[in-house]
Amino acid sequence: MLRAVIGRDLRLAMRRQADIVAAMFFFIIVVSLFPLGVGPEPDQLRRMAPGVLWVAALLATMLSLPRLFADDHRDGTLEQLTLAPQPLGVIVLGKVIAHWLVAGLPLVVLAPVLGIQFDLSSDALLVLTVSLLIGTPALSGIGAIGAALTLGVRGGGVLLSLLVLPLYIPVLIFGAGAVDATLSGLGPQAHLSLLGALALGGVFFAPWPTAAALRVALE
Amino acid sequence: MLEASNLECVRGERSLFAGVSFRLDGGEMLYVQGKNGSGKTSLLRMLCALTPAVSGEIRWRGGPIGKLGEEFRSELCYLGHQNAIKEELTPLENLLSSARLAQEALDEDAALDALALVGLRGREDLACRYLSQGQKRRAALARLVNEKRALWVLDEPYVALDPAAVELVAGLIGTHLQAGGLAVLTTHQAVSVPAAAVRELWLGDSDATQRPQ
Amino acid sequence: MTDRVINWYKYASPQTFYPLAGKLIPWFWALAALFGIAGLTIGFLIAPTDAQQGEGYRIIFLHVPASWLSMFIYLVMAFWAGIGLAFNIRLSGMMASALAPTGALFAFLSLWTGALWGKPMWGTWWVWDARLTSELILLFLYIGFIALQAAIDDPRRADKAGAILALVGVVNIPIIYFSVKWWNTLHQGASVSLTKAPSMAAMMLWGMLLCALACWMYSIAIALMRVRTIMLERERHTDWVRALLSGNGHDTSRHP
Repeated sequence: MLRAVIGRDLRLAMRRQADIVAAMFFFIIVVSLFPLGVGPEPDQLRRMAPGVLWVAALLATMLSLPRLFADDHRDGTLEQLTLAPQPLGVIVLGKVIAHWLVAGLPLVVLAPVLGIQFDLSSDALLVLTVSLLIGTPALSGIGAIGAALTLGVRGGGVLLSLLVLPLYIPVLIFGAGAVDATLSGLGPQAHLSLLGALALGGVFFAPWPTAAALRVALE
Repeated sequence: MLEASNLECVRGERSLFAGVSFRLDGGEMLYVQGKNGSGKTSLLRMLCALTPAVSGEIRWRGGPIGKLGEEFRSELCYLGHQNAIKEELTPLENLLSSARLAQEALDEDAALDALALVGLRGREDLACRYLSQGQKRRAALARLVNEKRALWVLDEPYVALDPAAVELVAGLIGTHLQAGGLAVLTTHQAVSVPAAAVRELWLGDSDATQRPQ
Repeated sequence: MTDRVINWYKYASPQTFYPLAGKLIPWFWALAALFGIAGLTIGFLIAPTDAQQGEGYRIIFLHVPASWLSMFIYLVMAFWAGIGLAFNIRLSGMMASALAPTGALFAFLSLWTGALWGKPMWGTWWVWDARLTSELILLFLYIGFIALQAAIDDPRRADKAGAILALVGVVNIPIIYFSVKWWNTLHQGASVSLTKAPSMAAMMLWGMLLCALACWMYSIAIALMRVRTIMLERERHTDWVRALLSGNGHDTSRHP
C-alpha cells in the first residue's frame, strides 16, 4: 500500500519535472544571493554558510508543500484516498516519503556543490550534507500538517508559511548547529542525533494530525 | 444492509434536510432526487462517512459506519462529482493505480478490457488531459467494470455521457444489483436500470419523504 | 451518573452557558481589579528598590505575569481545543477561539515590556535570549492559530482545524523551547526560582504573584465576554438568540 502511494506520486512528479527543477533553482538562487548581499569575504561567508543553506532549504521546501495535497483535492483523488480501506495516516506517510524523494533529496544533492561557493572545508561539506539528509524528512513530515490544514483555504500559501515555519525552528537549529559545531571544532554527533530524533518524530508522528486535518478539510 | 435514520444536514447556517430515513437491502437501488442545492451530494458524502451527519445515524450490516471504519470502506465504492482522474496519467495508469490504492487485484489485461468496454480503445496510452470531458468520465467509470465491492455510491454517474454510454453504465449497475449489490445514486436523467428494485428518495426544502414506487 | 453527564452537557450548551457567563463576568472583573490594585501597590510603593537594577526593575510586575499568562493560556487553549475535538462540544471550540487573542496580547506585552526592561539593563532593545526568542515564537504560534481560524469560513471546520494546530503546537512548544535554549549561549537563569530566592525580596514576589492573579482574572473575564459575542454571532439564527435579542430590543444602547 505504502509502495502504491509512493509509486503513484513519484510517477506524477516525473510527468511534471518542471516543478522539481523550479524548486531546485529557487534553492540555488537564494543561496547565491547571500554573497552578493553581504560581500565576498571568505571568513564571513564560511560562518554564514550553515544558516544560509538551511534557511534556503526551509524556503525551498515551503515552495513545494502547497501541492502536496492541493492537486489531489482538486480532482477528487483525495476523497478516494480517504475512502481507501487503510488508515489515512499510512497513505499520508506514503505521500510524505514521496514528497521528500522529490523535494528534499535534490536539496541534499545540491548542498555540497553550493557549500563550495561558501568556501566550506570538506569536513563541513560532509556534515552539511548529512544534516540535510537527516533533517529534510522532518521538513516534509511537519510541513504536511500545514499543507493539510490550509487545504482549500483563502490565501493558503502565505498562511502555510505562517503555520509551518515556527514549527521548523528546531530542525533549523540542530541542522545548522551541526555544521557550526564542525566548523568550530566540536563534534556534530549531538546535533545530528537530536536531528535524527526530530526526523523520526516528524515522519512517523506528523501523518496522524495530517490525516485528521485532511478529514476536516474534506467535510 | 444499509440503514439511515433521521439524518440531518446543515450547510453554513441553513438546514438542507432533516429526518431522512431509508433502508436498502442487497439487490436494491436508491435514487436520490431533488432540486439543485437540496443536499443530494451532501447525503451521498454522509453515506460514505466523508461528512459527519449533524444528527441521525447510518448503519452498515447493523454497525454504525463511523465505528466500522476500514471494514466499511473496504465494501464501499464512491464515485463523486469529480472524476478522480489524474490528468498527467493515461487512462490505463489511472485505472491500475486506483485499483491498487483500493487494494483490489486488477491485472493489465482486465484493465484494458474494461477500458475497451467503456469505449476508450486506442486511448489507453494517451495522457488524460487530451481527453474530452465525456471521455474522462468514461475513464472514471471504467472502475465500475471490475468493481466487486458491495455498496456503490454514485454522484451523477450519467453526467457528460452520450446515450450509448449512459446505457452501458446503467447496464453495469444492473449487473451489480443482480449480483446482490447495493447502489445509491443521484441523477437528473430518467434512466431505467435493468432488473432492479428501485426506491426513490426526494429531498425537499427542509424535510424529506420517501415516496412508494 | 447519567445525571452528571447530562448536567455537563447542559452547561456546555451555549443557551445555558450564555447567561451563566454573563453572571460570572462582573465577579472576575472585580477580582481582577482587586488583585491588580493590591499587586501594583506592593509593586510600586512597598517593594524595595533593587540594589543592582534601580527602579527600572519594577516593569517585571507586568512583564513576568504577562509571560506566565501567555504560556498558560496556550495550554488552556490547547486543552479546550482538544476537548472540543474529542467530544465534539461546540462550546470548547468557542472557548479556544476566545482565548487566542488574549494569549497573543500577553505574548506581545511580554515582548514589549521585555524590550523596555532590556534597554536600560542590557543596553539594547532586543537580545536573542532563549526566553525572548521562545516568547516571539509563541507569539507566531498564536498569530498562526488566529489567522487559520480567520481564513476558514465554516466555524465548525475552523474550530477543528484550529484544534489540530493548537495540539500540534502544544507538543512542539517544549521541543522549540529546549532547542532554542540549546542554541542560546547568552542565557540568563529564570528570574523566579527558590534556589535564587535571595536575589528577590519576598515583597517583590508577592507583588508579582498578585499581579499574575490579576492578569489571570482579567483573562477569564475577557475570554468569557468574547465567548458570549462568538455565541451570539454563530447562533444568531437560533430561537434562543432571537428571543434574547428581541427581549432586549428596548435597550437601544446595547442593541441598536
